[in-house]
Amino acid sequence: MLRLPAFDLLEPTSLEEALHLLAEHGGDAMPIAGGTDLLPNMKHELFTPKVLVSLTSIPALRAIEDLGDAWRLGAGCPLGELANHPGLQQSLPALAEALGAVGGPHHRRMGTLGGNLCLDTRCLYYNQTFQWREALGFCLKKDGDVCHVAGGRKCVAAASNDSAPPLLVYDATVEIVGPGGARTLPVREFYHPDGISNTRLEDGELVVALRVAKPSQGTRAAFHKLRRSGAIDFPLLNMAVSLRLDERGTLVALSAAVSALAARPNLVKGLDRFLGQVPDEALVEAIANRCRRGSVPLTNLATDPEWRRAMVPVFIKRLLQRCLDA
Amino acid sequence: MSDKKKRDQGGADIVKGKASPIHGVDLPGGDVIGRPLRKADGLDKATGLALYTDDIQFPDMLHAKILRSPLPHARIKSIDYSEALAMDGVVDVMVGSELPIPYCVIPWTRDETALCTDKVRFIGDGVAAVAAVDEATAIEACKRIKVDYEALKPILTIEAAKQPPEDEAIHVGNRRGNQHKYVDLSFGDLDAGFRHSTSIAHDDYYFHGTTHAPIEPHCAIGKPEPGGQLCIISATQVPHYLQRELARVLGMAQQNIRVIQPALGGAFGGKSEPFDLEFVVAHLARKTGRPVKCLYTREEVFYSHRGRHPMAMNFKVGLDDEGKIQAVRSKIDLDGGAYSSFGLVTTYYAGQLLTGPYDFASYGFTSTRYYTNKPCCGPKRGHGSVQPRFAFECALDEAAAGLGLDPMTVRERNTMPRVATTVNGMRVQSNGFLACLQAARKASGWDEKWGKLPRGRGIGVAGSMYISGTNYPVYPNEMPQSGVTVQLDRSGRALVLCGASDIGQGSDSMFTYIVAEELGIEPGHVRIVSSDTDLTPVDLGAYSSRITFMAGNACIDACRRLRKLLLEAAATALGQSAKRLRLAGGYAVAVDDTAVSLPMQEVFRLAEAENGTLSASGWYNTPLLGGEYRGGTIGSSPAYSFTCHVAEVDIDLETGELRVPKVWVAHDCGRALNPVIVEGQMEGSTYMGAAELMMEDQDFYPADHAAPGLHLGPSLLDYPIPTSSEVPEFEALIIESLDPEGPYGAKEAGEGPLHSTIPAIANAIHDAVGIRLKTLPITAAKIWRALQETH
Ligand SMILES: Cc1cc2nc3c(=O)[nH]c(=O)nc-3n(C[C@H](O)[C@H](O)[C@H](O)COP(=O)(O)OP(=O)(O)OC[C@H]3O[C@@H](n4cnc5c(N)ncnc54)[C@H](O)[C@@H]3O)c2cc1C
Ligand code: SF4
Repeated sequence: MLRLPAFDLLEPTSLEEALHLLAEHGGDAMPIAGGTDLLPNMKHELFTPKVLVSLTSIPALRAIEDLGDAWRLGAGCPLGELANHPGLQQSLPALAEALGAVGGPHHRRMGTLGGNLCLDTRCLYYNQTFQWREALGFCLKKDGDVCHVAGGRKCVAAASNDSAPPLLVYDATVEIVGPGGARTLPVREFYHPDGISNTRLEDGELVVALRVAKPSQGTRAAFHKLRRSGAIDFPLLNMAVSLRLDERGTLVALSAAVSALAARPNLVKGLDRFLGQVPDEALVEAIANRCRRGSVPLTNLATDPEWRRAMVPVFIKRLLQRCLDA
Repeated sequence: MSDKKKRDQGGADIVKGKASPIHGVDLPGGDVIGRPLRKADGLDKATGLALYTDDIQFPDMLHAKILRSPLPHARIKSIDYSEALAMDGVVDVMVGSELPIPYCVIPWTRDETALCTDKVRFIGDGVAAVAAVDEATAIEACKRIKVDYEALKPILTIEAAKQPPEDEAIHVGNRRGNQHKYVDLSFGDLDAGFRHSTSIAHDDYYFHGTTHAPIEPHCAIGKPEPGGQLCIISATQVPHYLQRELARVLGMAQQNIRVIQPALGGAFGGKSEPFDLEFVVAHLARKTGRPVKCLYTREEVFYSHRGRHPMAMNFKVGLDDEGKIQAVRSKIDLDGGAYSSFGLVTTYYAGQLLTGPYDFASYGFTSTRYYTNKPCCGPKRGHGSVQPRFAFECALDEAAAGLGLDPMTVRERNTMPRVATTVNGMRVQSNGFLACLQAARKASGWDEKWGKLPRGRGIGVAGSMYISGTNYPVYPNEMPQSGVTVQLDRSGRALVLCGASDIGQGSDSMFTYIVAEELGIEPGHVRIVSSDTDLTPVDLGAYSSRITFMAGNACIDACRRLRKLLLEAAATALGQSAKRLRLAGGYAVAVDDTAVSLPMQEVFRLAEAENGTLSASGWYNTPLLGGEYRGGTIGSSPAYSFTCHVAEVDIDLETGELRVPKVWVAHDCGRALNPVIVEGQMEGSTYMGAAELMMEDQDFYPADHAAPGLHLGPSLLDYPIPTSSEVPEFEALIIESLDPEGPYGAKEAGEGPLHSTIPAIANAIHDAVGIRLKTLPITAAKIWRALQETH
C-alpha cells in the first residue's frame, strides 16, 4: 500500500477561520474537501503540504439554495447529493448527469463540487508514484524541467473534471473568497491553459459556491463522457451541449464545451453563426465539425489520440440529437 | 538418471510412486455434495473476521521495504547504504550478496536471487532492503541508498531477444543468448494432413500481456521462533514450495522453517512461487531477531507480475471437405520477461494443451520462450493455453468459413470421443464437450442468431479443454501429491488437516462438504486447518486446478477409513448391520426405519471407545500418465475439464465501442460438488477473460521512449479491471460427465472456463462486423480503426 505522508489536519468551522488558517500557514497549507483528489496525489508525492485545512465542518459551504431564478450550490456539497437532487436533475440535467458520472459511488459520497472544480490536471506521466516518476525522469509539472507529452516548455496536462463542460454551457459563476475579500468569476474565465495549475485562484483563496442561472424555458442540455470503464474512471473526453429552439423550431441559443483534451476546458467558439436556422442533419453535422476543429487531443492520456479526436463530432452530434429529440 | 540428463529432458521422465486408491464416483448419501451450501469461510470474509497477512501484528515487529531498480538492464557497480543504516529507526539493511543462492519454483531453471547480486533485469527488480521501526522510515531509508549502475542496452521485445545481444545477454552464461526454452514437438503426419485439407486458415495472432490483479497485495512476515526456527507467514498459494526454496536459499533445514498461509485475498497464479519479499523478511528476521513484515504496494504487485506471457503465434488449421480437422500446426514465441518462473512449463503448455476438445490425427508446435528486460511472466489462470486457444479457435472459425460451415457445427463435428487418447498421448476418461456445445447452442438461441443479427451485433462460439492437476510435480518425487488427515473428537467435531491453499476458490469449503457427506455430520461441525507446514500433511499448492481433484480424493480416502469405524460402532449400538445404516444430517439412521438412529456425536464416542483416538490419513497420487516422449508428461492430467462459450456482442459502428451483453458458459466440471461455487468460478473466469480481451494490458514503454521498459501505469486506475458496469450478463450451464477417477466424479472449474471466453467474443466481433481482429486487446479505438479501414 502507498503511504500517506504525515500532515497536520486543521478543522475550522467557519469560512473566516479557514481563510485565517490558510493565510497563517501560507505555502505549507492546502485546503482539503473530500480529499478524493488530493489524498491520492499526496500518496504519489505530488503535493506534500504540512498542513491540511479541512472544509468539511463549515456549514456555509454545504447549502443547495434555490434562489428563484438561479441555483446556488455550496462548494462543499457532495457530488452524489447534487447528482441525485430532483430539482437539479430537472433544471440542470447536464450538470446532474456529469456529477453522477464522476468516479464510483464512494468518490461521489466524499468528493465535493468545489474539489471537482479545482481538480488538479492529469497526465499519464504525472499521476504516478515517486519511484515511477523518478525512473521516467521528472517532468515540468513536478520536480523536473521537461515535458514528456509535448516536448515543449509548457505543461499540457488534461483538465479531467466532469463538472467543467456543463458549468461552461450553463455559463455558471464561481463565488470566491480570499485574503483580499470576495469576488466572482464566470467559469469561462476561471480556467487558463496552463497544466501546472489551471485555475485562476490566488493563494489562500477558496471557492465558496457556484451560481448557475436557471436556463430559460425550453433550454435542453446534455452531457457525455467517453471512458474505458463504466465506472471509477476519469474521462478520456467529456462534453456538454445546451440549446434552445423558439416556437417555430429555430435555433436561438447554442453552446458546447469539450474537455479532457488539454489544461483548459474548452468552450467552443463561433457557434453563433448557426443560430437562426432550423436544425436539420446538415446543421447538426456542421456544428459537430465546428466542435471538432478546436479539439486536438494530445498523448497526455493513455489512449489513441486520433480516435479521441474523431469521437468529438460523433458524440456532439448525439448530444445535439438528444437535445433536439427531448 | 543424472540431474543433467533429467534437465536435458525437461524433467520429463519421473518415476511414479504408488498410484493412490480411487474411490470413484459413488456418493454415500448425497446430502451435502451437490447442494448450494454456503462457503465455509464466506461469512468471516464478509464480516471482516478473517485475518489476512497484513492484519497480523507482533510485538516489536519491524517493517521492511525493498529498493527497486529504476533501470531495465544494468550492472550494479556499488551500493552505498551507510546513510540509510545511520538513520534513526533503521535497524538493518540487506543487499543481494547476503543471499546469493539462486531459486526458482522449477528446480531446473534457478535464475533468480532474493535481491539482485550483480545486475538488475527490469525496472522494479529488487536491489536492497531496509528493516525499520515503521514503514515510513523504511521508505525514507530506501531513498537514501545510493546505487551506482552501469546501464546496459535493454531488450524489450521478442524480436530484439532473437538478435545476438548488443551489450550482453540478460542472463550472462545462458548458452542460447536470450532464448530461454525451445520446444519442438510433432505428432502424426502433418504434411499429409494439410494435403487432405480443402480449407486451410493460416495467420498470425498476438496475445498481449495481462496480470492477475488480486485485490490483496503480496505480504509476508518473518518471525524468529524458539529453537532457532523461523516462521514465515505469507500471502502465498504454494506454502510447500516456498518452504523448500526458503530452506535452500537460507541454508536452513526444511523442518526448521514453518510456512503459514492465512486467509488470502486472491491470487490467480500470481502468488504461486516464491517472491523476493519472502526471502527478505526471513533473512531480516534472522538477522535482527525480530519479526519483520513487508507489504507490497500496488505498483510492486505489477512488477512482481508472473502474469500471462505475451505470445506471438502463427497458427495453421486445415479442414477436409467434411469439416474434419486434418492438421494443426503452430509456431509460438513467448515474451518471458526477466526470469524463468514457470516458463519451462508454459513453453510446453502453449502446445501440449491444445489437443482437445477436438479430435485430430496430426499436430505440431514449436514454442520458444525468450528473456526480456520486463517483469517476469508466469502462470495466470489458464496457464499457458489461454493465448494459443484464442488463436486456434479464431483460426478454426476462419477455416470453417472457407467451407461455408457454421462455427457450431464444425465444433460438434470434431468433438473427440468421450473416452480417448489425444494425438499427443493425453488420457481422457470423461468428456462432456458435446453436451456443452448443445447446451450453449440451445440456451443462446444460436440457430436464430448466427449470421442473422443486424450489422454491429454478432454471436460467436469457442471451445476448450483444461487440466485438473498435472502428474508432473514441480520437483520429481514419488510421494503423494496431496495428503489429508482427518481427526475426530468426542465433542462431535471433525478436524481436517491439509497443506492445500484456499485462495478464495473454496478448497476449505470442499473439505467441509466431503467430510460432512462422508461422516454424516453437520458442515458446521467440521474444522479446517490448512496450509501450515508445521501442522498439515503436504499438498503441493493451489495451481494447475489440482486441489479438488487431488486433495478431494485424499480427503475421501481418509474419511472412508473413519466412516468404516463409525458405521461399525453405530451398527453394534443399534443392533443393525452396517450396510443398512446411513450417516446423514448428524445421525446414523437405519435406512428402512428412521426411528432407529443415533446422534453422530454418540457414534464418535462409541467408535473412540472401541478403537482409541480417531484419526486417519488419506492421500492422492496420479497414476502413470503421459506420452512416451521428451516432455510427454507435461500437460498430462488425471482428468480434463471441457468448456464452451457463446458470446453476443454489440458494437457501436461509429465509435467502435464494444459491449458484450450476454455470455453463455457451458462447463463440464465432472460433478459440481457445490453448484454455487462452480458457477462462481465460471463467472469469475469469464469476466477475467472478457476483461483481458477488452481492456487489460500489462505493457511497457518501448526502446525509443524516454524510459524504455517502464510499466505504462502500474496502478488499478491505469490498468483497468472490470467493474460491475462492464461485465456481461451471464448464464452458467453446468455439465456433469462424472469422471471415473475424480472425487465423486469431479474435475476442475477454476481455470477451464476462462479459455474460450476470449475467442468466443473475438468470433462474435467477426460475426458482427466481418472483421477479424488478431491482436489483443480489442479496444474501442482498435475496432474503430479497423472499421475505418474497411469503409
Ligand atoms: C479512482 C478515482 C476516480 C475518479 N474519477 C473521477 C471522474 O471520473 N471525474 C472527475 O471529475 N473526478 C474524478 N475523480 C476525482 C475526484 O474524486 C473528484 O474530482 C472530486 O470531485 C474531488 O472533490 P474532493 O472534494 O474530493 O476534492 P479534494 O481532493 O478535497 O480537493 C481537490 C483539490 O481542490 C482543492 N479544493 C477543494 N475544495 C476547494 C475549495 N472549496 N476551494 C478551493 N480549493 C478547493 C484542494 O485543495 C485540492 O487541490 C476520481 C478520483 C479517484 C480517486
Ligand atoms: S503534460 Fe508534460 S509537463 Fe505536464 S504533466 Fe504531462 S509530462 Fe508533465
